[in-house]
Amino acid sequence: MATKLPKVPVVVVGMGWAGGIVASELTKAGIKVVGLERGKDRNTSDYAMGHDELRYQHREELMQDLSKETITHRNNEKMRALPMRDYGTFIVGDGVGGAGSHWNGQTYRFLPYDFEIKTLTDKKYGANKLNPEYTIQDWGMTYGEIEPYYDTFEKMAGISGETVELYGKRSNPYPTGPMLKTPIMNMFEKATKNLGYTPYVIPSGNLSESYENPDGISRAACQYCAYCENFGCEYGAKADPAVTVIPVAKKTGNLELRTHSNVIEILNDGSKASGVIYVDTITGEEFEQPADVVVVASYVFNNARLLLNSGLGKPYNSADGTGVIGKNYCYQVSSASSMMFFEDKEFNLYGGAGALGIEIPEFVGDNFDHSEVNFIHGAGIRVTQYGNRPIANNVVPKGTPSWGAEFKDQSIKYANSFFPVKSQGASMPYRYNYLDLDPTYKDAYGKPLLRMTFDYTEQDRELVKYMSKVTHKIAEEIGADIIDTNEKQGDFNVNKDTNTHNTGGVIMGSDPETSALNSYLQMWDAENVFVVGASAFPHNSSFNPTGTLGALSYRAAEGIQKYIKEGGSLV
Amino acid sequence: MAEHENGKISQRGSTRRVFLKNSGLTVGGVVLGGALGSLLGGSSEPASHTAPAAPALTVNPAEALMFFTPEQYQLTQAAAERIYPKDDNGPGAMELNAAIYIDHQLASPWGINSKEYMAGPFYKAEETQGSQIRILRKDLFLLGLKSLDAYSSKKFESNFIDLAPEDQDLVLTDFSEGKAPDISGVKSTLFFNLLRSMTIEGVYADPVYGGNKNMEGWAMRKFPGSRMTYTQEIQKEQFVKLDPQGLNSHMSH
Ligand SMILES: Cc1cc2nc3c(=O)[nH]c(=O)nc-3n(C[C@H](O)[C@H](O)[C@H](O)COP(=O)(O)OP(=O)(O)OC[C@H]3O[C@@H](n4cnc5c(N)ncnc54)[C@H](O)[C@@H]3O)c2cc1C
Ligand code: SF4
Repeated sequence: MATKLPKVPVVVVGMGWAGGIVASELTKAGIKVVGLERGKDRNTSDYAMGHDELRYQHREELMQDLSKETITHRNNEKMRALPMRDYGTFIVGDGVGGAGSHWNGQTYRFLPYDFEIKTLTDKKYGANKLNPEYTIQDWGMTYGEIEPYYDTFEKMAGISGETVELYGKRSNPYPTGPMLKTPIMNMFEKATKNLGYTPYVIPSGNLSESYENPDGISRAACQYCAYCENFGCEYGAKADPAVTVIPVAKKTGNLELRTHSNVIEILNDGSKASGVIYVDTITGEEFEQPADVVVVASYVFNNARLLLNSGLGKPYNSADGTGVIGKNYCYQVSSASSMMFFEDKEFNLYGGAGALGIEIPEFVGDNFDHSEVNFIHGAGIRVTQYGNRPIANNVVPKGTPSWGAEFKDQSIKYANSFFPVKSQGASMPYRYNYLDLDPTYKDAYGKPLLRMTFDYTEQDRELVKYMSKVTHKIAEEIGADIIDTNEKQGDFNVNKDTNTHNTGGVIMGSDPETSALNSYLQMWDAENVFVVGASAFPHNSSFNPTGTLGALSYRAAEGIQKYIKEGGSLV
Repeated sequence: MAEHENGKISQRGSTRRVFLKNSGLTVGGVVLGGALGSLLGGSSEPASHTAPAAPALTVNPAEALMFFTPEQYQLTQAAAERIYPKDDNGPGAMELNAAIYIDHQLASPWGINSKEYMAGPFYKAEETQGSQIRILRKDLFLLGLKSLDAYSSKKFESNFIDLAPEDQDLVLTDFSEGKAPDISGVKSTLFFNLLRSMTIEGVYADPVYGGNKNMEGWAMRKFPGSRMTYTQEIQKEQFVKLDPQGLNSHMSH
């Protein structure tokens, strides 16, 4: 039996960006918070031996232990879902800071178009632009309404960037200037300008200069050390919940952080939650933590899974499109790219940073005319310089064997002489792409795993075809000796490295029939439960998700305070 | 010292020391005494005669086996060398101690898939569903080595290690394409992929793991390893070549 603990005002499940922001805002306002985190505590001293490609990137030191919990996957309902037994396509955070410790730091805002995608698409292209199986819907909130929260998040994290004409209006410039430009970024800039586009440096959570945020947190500038994506930053230069919001919450004295605490259930009577059950992962002991408000901030997958395993909210049913928990799971569409090889140029690609790069805004959202194409939305076309680590970067021209004498020779020859023009495309929701509970496989605590049914759709494949041509055109303008263009989006493969931009499953909206949360991320079906994270996105844009989930976390924190004062549904 | 102890050695025209080195019966240049007798048909020459007189302090203590038998080690070295051969660029997997790396990894928790979801049931997977096998990496690797020899014997009537490099490549190609027989119900490709990825890791991972000897894997591709800052270098048009540094350079910080 679980040991019952004294009741607290707020319990937060998960201490990544979402949980960290909520915890810091509430504790600053004087509200007592218990933070439950399944992993260990973490700070910059953990990264002293951090420049270890094998340990952090290939052995996933900072990520969720899949022996305890994973997802199962199938491409469609006819297949049997099988567990993702080791990491392939995406990785999942663990420990204080969550994936916010080993993320890259590319920090965008979504477009005004994104928040009203259904309305704007119907208006411009008619109601039949996409077939009805694509379940696009408005977010129940406009860009104008979310803008102040973006501003707060950017100031807290110290985002380095420059204003982009074709994006939503900003109330303030970025708090710090853009990152440095490297020769390969200059090549992209020149080529895209020649083609009539307007390149901009990617907004970055790796600080371009030293910075003190409104919470009084000071951080040093990025050293372009190249151990950023998949790694923690030993300088604290990278915005990370463990160096920004969590220390702020701790300092108030109002946060009680309990690590090694894995939440397995939200206790509820179907319309209100009374607390959570968690397991001490070291001793195996079970505890019940009663609370007035339960904040679920345990990443996209666990957010959906906890609700489903707790019988909270109506599960999505693909047969008739009813129900909401598990609905509109989306990923990112990033196969369109052109790899360039240079015979007589070498670049200092061993250096770089997680958010170092440059891109163009002309092919995102509805910034180009979609009348003649069979898809909506678009992609950011970009060149990035994260730092080429040697195990992961053995890129050779098409047709070269993947091992042996020729492989070795070519991989060494081009080790510092290749880079791609890449794309990061939007993923549109589809009726048959969703999350539910797996009927067979269980986690280490005996709870069903989350089952993902997902494949790329026709829309995604058309997008890739189109964007690959754009990348090819830019690569030609740059003038490489060899250009290998990938034109096709293959099937979704759980074993193939892509990215960690999972969204949806517990989405926001203005209608309880088609969404799980209101615009404060408060559950329609349980007013004292807030589900925070990219799980709230009704679709995925062509940008990395964290800027938007950060903004929504600030909005949720405001809503929770309001709820504690006033009670009831906030919308 | 007798230079030609049996036909094989004279065929290669090598001295005994060179032969031992080439055949992989050395760990970091130190001849494996124990393996000697069995290979040379019970030669009575005591191992101490063949051990180099190098002072112990110059020998890296990490260069020893935790997992493989000497024969398995030797075979791994030979196979890894074909994945990443010595050439004009510099040393191959054998000299870079990739097989030491592989040995150490297979002896680690990674070798028993400790961070992977290993609960059943196990079903045959579609292409897109990742590996769904119950066999642990350490076991798959050993079974794969056995299978390498068995297949070489069938195809060329010789163990893998004694084949000419071109023939070794033919054998490995068949493994890589799944044309070699299944290994305990698993496609030979799976073993090949494990061998390939571990070889690449062994050549390029930080030397703390036992491979990438003297950081020569990094040096070949002008990779500087682990440094604290590249703010200057990334802005330069010209390539800036820096000597590699390993993780141990951070121990003084
Ligand atoms: C390598 C990598 C690079 C990335 N780069 C970028 C980028 O450049 N830009 C960008 O916008 N995004 C990027 N992302 C995505 C970004 O990291 C995530 O969007 C973001 O961190 C998610 O925040 P979160 O708080 O929702 O979840 P998380 O950071 O995953 O935090 C959730 C926390 O909850 C804990 N938890 C989970 N289940 C339980 C439970 N049952 N009980 C208790 N605790 C639990 C977890 O341990 C974790 O600490 C990247 C991700 C990765 C992995
Ligand atoms: S690249 Fe910059 S932000 Fe990233 S880990 Fe290195 S110093 Fe930190």
